[in-house]
Amino acid sequence: MIEKILVLEVVLPLLAAPVCVLVRHPRFCRFFSLGIVAICFWIAVALLFEVRGGGVVSYQLGGWQPPLGIEYRVSTVNAYLLALVTAMALVVLSFDSRGGPPRVPEQRRHLYYAVFLLCIAGLLGIAITGDAFNIFVFLEISSLASYILVSLGGHRRAVMSAFYYLVMGTIGGVFFMLGVGLLYQETGTLNLRDIAARLEPSLDDRGTVLALALLVVGISIKLAVFPLHHWLPNAYSFAPPKVSAFLAATATKVSFYLLAMVLFTIFGAPFVFGELRLQAVLLPLSILAMFLASGAAIFQTDLRRLLAYSSVAQVGYMTLGLSTANATGLAGGLVHLFNHAVMKGGLFLVVACLLYRVGSVHIDALAGIGRRMPLTAAALVIGGLSLIGVPGTVGFVSKWYLVSGVLERGWTAAAVLILLSSLLALVYVGKVVEAVYFRKPAEIQPIDQVREAPLGMLAPAWVLAAAAVFFGLTTNWTYGVAREAAELLLAGGI
Amino acid sequence: MSSVQSFSGLWAYWLLIALMMVGLYIVIARDNLIKKVMGLNIFQAAAILFYVTMAKVTGGTAPIVPHDPAHPGGHGGHEIVYSNPLPHVLMLTAIVVGVATTALALALAVRIHGEYGTSEEDEAVAYDMEHG
Repeated sequence: MIEKILVLEVVLPLLAAPVCVLVRHPRFCRFFSLGIVAICFWIAVALLFEVRGGGVVSYQLGGWQPPLGIEYRVSTVNAYLLALVTAMALVVLSFDSRGGPPRVPEQRRHLYYAVFLLCIAGLLGIAITGDAFNIFVFLEISSLASYILVSLGGHRRAVMSAFYYLVMGTIGGVFFMLGVGLLYQETGTLNLRDIAARLEPSLDDRGTVLALALLVVGISIKLAVFPLHHWLPNAYSFAPPKVSAFLAATATKVSFYLLAMVLFTIFGAPFVFGELRLQAVLLPLSILAMFLASGAAIFQTDLRRLLAYSSVAQVGYMTLGLSTANATGLAGGLVHLFNHAVMKGGLFLVVACLLYRVGSVHIDALAGIGRRMPLTAAALVIGGLSLIGVPGTVGFVSKWYLVSGVLERGWTAAAVLILLSSLLALVYVGKVVEAVYFRKPAEIQPIDQVREAPLGMLAPAWVLAAAAVFFGLTTNWTYGVAREAAELLLAGGI
Repeated sequence: MSSVQSFSGLWAYWLLIALMMVGLYIVIARDNLIKKVMGLNIFQAAAILFYVTMAKVTGGTAPIVPHDPAHPGGHGGHEIVYSNPLPHVLMLTAIVVGVATTALALALAVRIHGEYGTSEEDEAVAYDMEHG
């Protein structure tokens, strides 16, 4: 049963997008896309329950046997990603942004939902497929859709940011395609498991090393690994707030899965981290990201930009977990996918609430807003505390396992640096909280008329804020799944 | 293998790496957004050529099974070497992706021109510096 409906996970949003284009009714499209995503979420959760404990569900497209045919193959790793993406899409789409993105007129809003669905279909496709070239196609579907979504932001600079994002993203995509081409040249197959089985990576084989380099750089652009992160702060701070919430919670997460899959499943940990010693590059870059991006976040005066820089820093934590190449550290990185999605998604939804009521998220404009919008501000504080990694929030869970993994590896200095970088997070979160609660409202911008955000906005933001606390206290589900996924990846399976 | 031999044997790769770098250089060095898009196209074309190059089998013919009435489905007694059709098929998809990317990039360039009144990146950046 479940293997029959597995393919619907991608097909449903892919077919729903043109339906939205044809129906041209914004309200219908909104609830229709919400319904489709809800079904996808249900399928993803069903898959996750099915594959927990080492199960695999496979679907062969068109009945062609792999390795010749394209195979959709779901193990704990993929199911975890699918559940994460669909859950976040569900919460973000249920957010009632009261009139959609600013630059989209009412009669065109159905197209916005169509693009949103395409983006979701692309991200789910990357996570579900077992074919290397298929990944490239889905990668480009989701990327093209996200360039469009970013360009819909209210500010003039949104379009320019989308253009930069497109240029960077396309270069990354072409690098990925070249890497896949080299792997095909080496192995004669595109099926991921078949590539992994046939590839015998060695340092003397330049083609393999080049393929690895191209794949890692290409994915790193999409993931915004530290020196390649330049597109991210602009894209996230000028995109429509709902889009920022969605992309921050899902797009980089799927890229992270892709990177982990390439490193562990295709090339294998013994080659990448034993022979090639990729951690010698990945670890310093992760630590630089944690410090420089957090440092940049401190000096931002716009809350969205601050959160965007913090996202770059959080990617640093994830890649740090990757570079430990042990089960605890990798599980820490994987659990941080979910945890960061919950907290950053929640924070960007709070930003959307503030933008709707206050009209600006400049830190000065938010002075004293805590009294006027207590519930929104409280959600902001919960998300902020989670970014710092205060016990009882999801941020603490991630950092705990990351630090354990790093210590297991014997990198004491790196563990100390993780803790020190949390202090930087304390500074930038503290700056916002200080403005929101303790500063007097600016006289030029009276906030007496500002009221609490409407329920349709508050509820999704609070769902994520509550999840940030709930999964901070109960780690069985999140860490349990992440640990299983990490062990599966380290064993070279997907 | 001497370096001259390896150069001549791999000339197709040298050519497409050169093409790729030309594309990348245009993307980085040119301020005009349309030229950037063209650079991106050249960059993509190099990658597409890479796949096409790899599909070539020495002495291979187009991968179409010849119709031989005497031996339906057979080769007519002798082996035929075919070029690999798969990379070509993949590149059809990649070309479509490239067209979509180009179209979107040009559409964005039009909107940038509408917002900034220019298609030059440096002028747009200067405008942002001035107006925030």
